[in-house]
Amino acid sequence: MYAVNTTQVNKLSQLLAPLDRSSLSLEKEKMQDLQDFLETANLPTTKDENWKYTRLTKLSNASFSGSQNANIPFTVYQDAYRIVFDNGKLVRKDAFNGCRSLTELTSHELTQLKPNKVIFDALNFVYAEDGIFLDVYGDLDKPIEILHLSNGNKVNNIRHYIRVHSLAKAEISLIFSADEESKSFSNIVSEIHLDNGAQLVINKLQVERGLDVNISREKVTQHRDSVFTMNTISLDGQFVRNDVEISVQGVNAESNLNGVYIVREQQFIDNHTIIDHQVPHCLSNELYKGVIFDKATAVFNGKVFVRKDAQKINAFQSNANILMSEDATVNAKPELEIYADDVKCSHGSTTGQLDEEAIFYLKSRGISDSGARNLLVSAFVGQVLEKIEHEDIQTFISKKLQERFGWEN
Amino acid sequence: MIKIENLHASIDGKEILKGLNLEVNAGEVHAIMGPNGAGKSTLASILAGREEYEITEGSILFEGKDLLELSTEDRAREGLFLAFQYPVEIPGVSNINFLRTSLNEIKEYRGENPLSAKDFMKMVREKSTIVELDSKLANRSVNVGFSGGEKKRNEIFQMAMLDPKLAILDETDSGLDIDALRIVANGVNKLKTPQNACIVITHYQRLLDYIVPDFVHVLFDGKIVKTGTKELALILEEKGYDWIKESAAV
Ligand SMILES: Nc1ncnc2c1ncn2[C@@H]1O[C@H](COP(=O)(O)OP(=O)(O)OP(=O)(O)O)[C@@H](O)[C@H]1O
Ligand SMILES: [Mg+2]
Repeated sequence: MYAVNTTQVNKLSQLLAPLDRSSLSLEKEKMQDLQDFLETANLPTTKDENWKYTRLTKLSNASFSGSQNANIPFTVYQDAYRIVFDNGKLVRKDAFNGCRSLTELTSHELTQLKPNKVIFDALNFVYAEDGIFLDVYGDLDKPIEILHLSNGNKVNNIRHYIRVHSLAKAEISLIFSADEESKSFSNIVSEIHLDNGAQLVINKLQVERGLDVNISREKVTQHRDSVFTMNTISLDGQFVRNDVEISVQGVNAESNLNGVYIVREQQFIDNHTIIDHQVPHCLSNELYKGVIFDKATAVFNGKVFVRKDAQKINAFQSNANILMSEDATVNAKPELEIYADDVKCSHGSTTGQLDEEAIFYLKSRGISDSGARNLLVSAFVGQVLEKIEHEDIQTFISKKLQERFGWEN
Repeated sequence: MIKIENLHASIDGKEILKGLNLEVNAGEVHAIMGPNGAGKSTLASILAGREEYEITEGSILFEGKDLLELSTEDRAREGLFLAFQYPVEIPGVSNINFLRTSLNEIKEYRGENPLSAKDFMKMVREKSTIVELDSKLANRSVNVGFSGGEKKRNEIFQMAMLDPKLAILDETDSGLDIDALRIVANGVNKLKTPQNACIVITHYQRLLDYIVPDFVHVLFDGKIVKTGTKELALILEEKGYDWIKESAAV
């Protein structure tokens, strides 16, 4: 007789038990369908290609209940439309044209939400508490700052819907912050649409200090002449999984994905990205850089598809990692699948250590060992950070790096 | 200033320095010449604190302190400077940011106040004129995309900024055209005071026309085998090293 492998047991039901089904007026059929799906679904295991290096034991072993009110710890922009979710609950929403919360929407409007039948998307939909439903028309006069706070041990399912209409323009920061004691599970899904000629910048800033599990997914569709830029900056986080999926459906569109992750101790960060070029004449740039200290682990998986008739595509992807200790780990996998013949694509991933010759050179000028390493590391990630355009975001990130590592810029 | 006695050093089990003696006093300029592979850069690296070398015997006193006990950064803070034979390129770190960090750490070590941003920039402008370094280079990444000559000027610019007690110039003249050689050499001369000292490693007598040494040493097979005045360099230029090798072999 063989012992049953208990690690493979479905722990999803345990996770779902304390949750209330969404009280939003969501489509009943979708709801039922996904609920049926969840009832038989298992948490992914490392046998699942999409979760190959990502163990969800943090989730299956945790127990979740309530939360207290969090304090708003910081703001990022000097001037912005501010929206704050406190442990999943919307507690502040500045009034501006086109911005509503999901609780304000009719069941008809909510049919715009399109959940996929994959586990965390389905879970998010069935248990969605709230979220922002945003229609951007014209050139938004201020950036939008959406702060997600957690400080308890609660499951937060928040779902956002963002549509940038034809020729409209916006910048939105999605910020995730957790208290040191926080043990929450945040499962955030954003459905993002760029109509013809729309421009959108998303800054995703993850500065969780606690023991949170953060799984978030941005599902992006881009139409003709649109420009989408996403800067994902993860500067801590016990367990972070980011899925960005861009479906490029209109010609002459541009997609930019920039990422920096700096993890330490036993932290875990996983960035999965997909850019799916379905039509010709588009450009995508992807640059992710990571610095992994201590016993931390990073996963990078970047897929670029160029479909059969998507000619004249320029798609560039690059991932670079620096291991700061012998116990640090990186699993990087860039994947390029090209079915068109007239395309220009490149991809590459490197993992290495800091240049010891450069460290010696800096030390020979009186700079301490740690000072030399800091200079090199901040130069390394600086090449991504300098792509962020808004000065307030730059300032916020340098402040965080300064607090954490004593880095100067 | 510095006193090196019976220095033996090896790397990967191979002995490179085999009992080297050298004493340099404040106000002096010493030239070290010698054939390729003799150990000149090895000596410079050991003085700067490169850890790959194993010191098997001997001692180095710098301003009365045991140099071998000091970390690389503390040696610099104590006033030792090495102009590298091959300066390292550091992408993403601006020359300015690097030098400000360096100056501030040195000042902190010496218990001095950090320079204000304004004074620092003023100093950068002043010192870059000493070696006629294009001020644009100050904002670029350290040595990245610099020409060979610009890299060497940048070394002397850093020396001017850090104002060391003892500077070791490892083949700073190599790769310089005639004009640049004069500029760099004049820069070094401008920095010369009775309180500091300089060790110039070179293959060519022409540098010593500008930076006039008080002593010329020949380093051969890990030892200083001959010491003379500046005239020795002229003889070496003419006769090469064979006659020294022969007398050293005896
Ligand atoms: N890692 C190493 N392993 C073995 N031998 C080494 C190593 N590094 C240096 N050496 C040897 O040490 C010797 C001295 O080298 P060094 O660079 O000090 O010479 P040098 O006098 O500066 O020569 P040059 O005039 O060509 O600059 C050389 O024979 C070199 O090959
Ligand atoms: Mg040499």
